Amino acid sequence: MTERSVQPKLSRRAALVGGLALIVARPARATPEAMQDAIRDFIGSAPVRAGRVKMDIPPLVENGNSVPLAITVESPMTEGDFVKAIAVFNEKNPQPNIGVFHLGPRSGRAFVSTRIRLGDSQNITAIAQMSDGSFWSGSVELIVTLPACAEN
Amino acid sequence: MARVLINLPKAKRGEIVEIRTLIQHPMETGYRPKGDGTSFPRDIIRNFVCKLNGIEVFRADLFPAIAANPFIAFTIKAEEGGTMTFSWIDDRGRSQTETADFIVE
Repeated sequence: MTERSVQPKLSRRAALVGGLALIVARPARATPEAMQDAIRDFIGSAPVRAGRVKMDIPPLVENGNSVPLAITVESPMTEGDFVKAIAVFNEKNPQPNIGVFHLGPRSGRAFVSTRIRLGDSQNITAIAQMSDGSFWSGSVELIVTLPACAEN
Repeated sequence: MARVLINLPKAKRGEIVEIRTLIQHPMETGYRPKGDGTSFPRDIIRNFVCKLNGIEVFRADLFPAIAANPFIAFTIKAEEGGTMTFSWIDDRGRSQTETADFIVE
């Protein structure tokens, strides 16, 4: 696990120092810090607790251009207690945001499903905003064998 | 006009049904190189709204990390039937609204 996360970083840095001239117009990447900043923009200064958010996404992705993602949040979804929004963030795409989905008591269930692009193996985090103002998060780490943007 | 698939099942009162939408759209990220040093201009559906009888039931803010031909699925509790509208707008300012009848028995 550690080897996998350390190795590409080293080689990327080596490539950057060694062959800077060879790198042509590579889009800037979001970083885990950029993801934290994007999450801060969404939640403000409120604390985030882990739990209640379940992400259904394949752990090993063959094609990063279209990855099915389903998110469910534990919530009764009544007038008094419901999920207001679910925001999804990534670490290593060019931008840290994936999407924000706004729900309400009429949704019946706190569920949303879509298909996303992934530029690299990374962590995906979903944050649910509840009607009482609390935030809950869920996170998955996944491996992408053929990233989006790779064909270029 | 983009081609759209909307799967809006009939529902019994009180039942929770899943609505699935698929919109034909390139969702151009703005990062894909053209080959002449420039990139294809960004063209993303930014906003997707679903309303039932004029009242918003679901809304999504989308970013370039959403795959091309965006698929969005969400649920609704069938309390009343009526006209459901699905509307969205992209970076080129093109907006489209599709309607479907939500039948609640």
